[in-house]
Amino acid sequence: MGVAHGMGHSVKRKEDARFLRGRGNYIDDIKLPGMLWLDIVRSPLAHAKIVNINKEKALATPGVAAVITGADLVPYKLEWMPTLMSDRQMVLPVDTVMYYAQEVAAVIATSRYAAADGVAAVEVDYEPLEPVLDPKKALLPDSPVIRFDREEKSNRIWHWEAGDRQGTDAAFKGSDVVVAEDIYIPRIHVASIETCGCVASWDPMEGHLTLYMTTQAPHAIRTVVALVTGHLGLHEHKIRVVSPDIGGGFGGKVPVYPGYVLAVAASVLTGKPVKWIEDRSENLQADSFARDYHIHAELAAQKDGKLNALRMGVVADHGAFDSAANPSKFPAGLFSICTGSYDIKTAFTEVDGVYTNKPPGGIAYRCSFRVTEAVHAVERMMDVLAQKLKMDPADLRALNFIRPEQFPYKSAFGWEYDSGNYQGALDKAKQIIGYDDLRKEQAEKRARGELMGIGLSTFTEIVGAGPSHTFDILGIKMFDSAEIRVHPTGRVIARFGTKSQGQGHETTYAQIIAQELGIPEEHIAVEEGDTDTAPYGLGTYASRSTPTAGAAGAMAARKIREKARKIAAHLLEANEADLEWETGKFFVKGVPSRSKTIQEIAFAAYTNHPQGMEAGLEAVDYYDPPNLTFPFGAYICVVDIDRGTGEVKIHRFVAVDDCGNIINPMIVDGQIHGGLTMGMAPALLEEIVYDENGVNLTGTFMDYLLPTAMETPKWELDKTTTPSPHHPFGAKGVGESATVGAPPAIANAVVDALSHLGVTNMDIPLTPQKVWAVLKEKGAAL
Amino acid sequence: MTQKITINLNGADVTAEVEPRLLLVHFIREVANLTGTHIGCDTTSCGACSVVLDGKAVKSCTLFAVQADGRRIMTVEGLVTGGQLHPIQEGFHEKHGLQCGFCTPGMMMTSYAFLQNHAHASEEEIRWAISGNLCRCTGYVNIVEAIKYADAKLHAPAAGGA
Ligand code: FES
Ligand code: FES
Repeated sequence: MGVAHGMGHSVKRKEDARFLRGRGNYIDDIKLPGMLWLDIVRSPLAHAKIVNINKEKALATPGVAAVITGADLVPYKLEWMPTLMSDRQMVLPVDTVMYYAQEVAAVIATSRYAAADGVAAVEVDYEPLEPVLDPKKALLPDSPVIRFDREEKSNRIWHWEAGDRQGTDAAFKGSDVVVAEDIYIPRIHVASIETCGCVASWDPMEGHLTLYMTTQAPHAIRTVVALVTGHLGLHEHKIRVVSPDIGGGFGGKVPVYPGYVLAVAASVLTGKPVKWIEDRSENLQADSFARDYHIHAELAAQKDGKLNALRMGVVADHGAFDSAANPSKFPAGLFSICTGSYDIKTAFTEVDGVYTNKPPGGIAYRCSFRVTEAVHAVERMMDVLAQKLKMDPADLRALNFIRPEQFPYKSAFGWEYDSGNYQGALDKAKQIIGYDDLRKEQAEKRARGELMGIGLSTFTEIVGAGPSHTFDILGIKMFDSAEIRVHPTGRVIARFGTKSQGQGHETTYAQIIAQELGIPEEHIAVEEGDTDTAPYGLGTYASRSTPTAGAAGAMAARKIREKARKIAAHLLEANEADLEWETGKFFVKGVPSRSKTIQEIAFAAYTNHPQGMEAGLEAVDYYDPPNLTFPFGAYICVVDIDRGTGEVKIHRFVAVDDCGNIINPMIVDGQIHGGLTMGMAPALLEEIVYDENGVNLTGTFMDYLLPTAMETPKWELDKTTTPSPHHPFGAKGVGESATVGAPPAIANAVVDALSHLGVTNMDIPLTPQKVWAVLKEKGAAL
Repeated sequence: MTQKITINLNGADVTAEVEPRLLLVHFIREVANLTGTHIGCDTTSCGACSVVLDGKAVKSCTLFAVQADGRRIMTVEGLVTGGQLHPIQEGFHEKHGLQCGFCTPGMMMTSYAFLQNHAHASEEEIRWAISGNLCRCTGYVNIVEAIKYADAKLHAPAAGGA
């Protein structure tokens, strides 16, 4: 008999067994009989009229079965598809391309190589149009309007605002000190090591579609596919979406991309399974883009540093189609978390979403809907203010933190923060890194002409979307689900509406059930990702799995325990009320020897259940969280800057995280290591760059630089624990905290190193070129 | 135009008629059906495709299958012997050196080749050794620990005396 390792155990991962042996089942590993390959012809121009597409040579290429263009999709009304943001997006353009690397035609062939040959043979004539690339200029009245299909003749997609405009204006007027900066958070790319892809398999006899797909949200995809294809007679009960093992998601595998739809169309057209797998360069040029926020941020404070008000205006470059994946009521995501960890009474923010001739952007790069942008802005501004007031940034933060006794705390934007102890986390981080000594060391180094900087980030996240009164995607409420079946022998199958992409759900979800039912986690099989078997859920992103589906798992287990109590009472001939639960068994109060284990109860549920009770031991729970969760942390980064090259070296990085109660500390640490590295990446290395024609200059891993083991420092982790009061087991979610919290710590450290030269702000990524240019300008370059 | 080649994969010969342009990684994955070796880029940058060719770690996306004709290749599927995980696999499991698992086979094959001729490697040496392999999930910390674990196990001083 095994032992149940519930909460707090570093259980080694179950999923490792197949991955270590090369037996994972990723999308490109799926091979079906008779399968064809699909490859895509992409636009070399950012904005152009299509004059002509000549398929002849492609069709004459050995192995090519078909070539599909936008015009071919028109009779089926498939040339456009709806996006999750109630906009629409071209599957293939009929006459106008909207961005560089846009899908222009699809070639279907008998092999990967033949499909690529076919792509090379398709001839497209274009007539270039002026691309609109600068989102601020796109808003000017004389700008060409790029979305010819919309009634509204403007590049503005939407305008969104929150908070108190007048109150904030007044608070700014009445303040001693005001600081303002323009902060640009550039376009970046999630770049999971596995690209996107699918295998669409249409069964003409049954009128049934199976879609194997790299998706973080298989159920939502099934519904979207049904909405797109309903008019063609393909309905939701005839669609099965399977999300196999996913080689990293980070938000990039939430939206629907044209390639998926083309593979489905091609399978229906040919009656054969069709595989589409992106090349890396296609992936880096056409989809999975995040950020691209032009922020104007302002803080108002009293002389002593006490904050009065915050104001932020944003121009958000969404590219040619609004294909982000934010909850419906939040076109700018949860950007209004931008008051951060601070008690700011008055605040206002407004965001304009803008179309440009770039691929759709605005997905979340490992963060809950625009939280990274918000945190970066407020954390950067706290340092700007500290610099202006000549205060230590740690002291300015301490003065303004929301204090533990203020929770639940209602922010100026109306969010109810569940719990927190910000000073506790900061004190711990300062103590670990030896903050006061570091400041002395910095002064000494400065005197010697060396550049060392210390940067803080004391961030608060908002994750776990979300309560159904506020959160939905295309009208579908953002609950999540779990279904648990206890078999007669006490073994368990549990299925969830989420989908792991490396987070280790097969292990942690089993631990949740082990905690609640006392069944050993190795007796619990966890499944996700198959819409034919898993209960409906909204998927894994925005750190929502533990807050929503994990909670559903606990609640379903508790339903099972209640039924088990009744069965135990029957078996023990005792009163239900006289029974007590102790991990794994019920016993009669005061008589511990009169007990029934959960395994005995499970057996009885099928062999000897009480008269009048349904047989079986299973439960489903659709968990609608009462609130979001608010993980937080305090990060301190120490950098050295090379005056000769401008290179920034992270010398130390201490991360104190608080994600509430922890299921598996080993996995949580792994999430934080990975998150910190994905936070460092855009702070120092990553940026998607377009030239003046809208051509992507960073379309391969030789130009878009992911951190290797050499650039990645040895992260130093610690924790505080402030449970969420409303979550069934006090957890908050952790997958993205570090990605959100790290960039401002690094940027603040770099600016801190240069602050004595009069530098107040620098935009990420802080590349050697950028830093060296500043050193040169300030006369500090060697 | 095709060419007949034979490659020894994990000890077994695989013979096939292939186009000269067929990449080795596609031979391994699609001809020999060993899908543990992955593809993550098209510029020799990520190392997801790393295999061991005649004792050296190579990126199988950057060789043609015909270049490996008559040679010996070891892939992730060849690490287990007699049902036992190799110490490098054990290390990745024990030290949580993998998350999504996509980079893992390539990471392990690079480490395997490295540990063939390095013992008691320093942190710096290990990081340098895997710097041609990208991982987006783990931040490398636990991968380094996994390699140290395997290093210690593979190069333990022979148990002496008594
Ligand atoms: S697939 Fe990226 S290096 Fe081979
Ligand atoms: S474990 Fe996901 S890329 Fe390394």
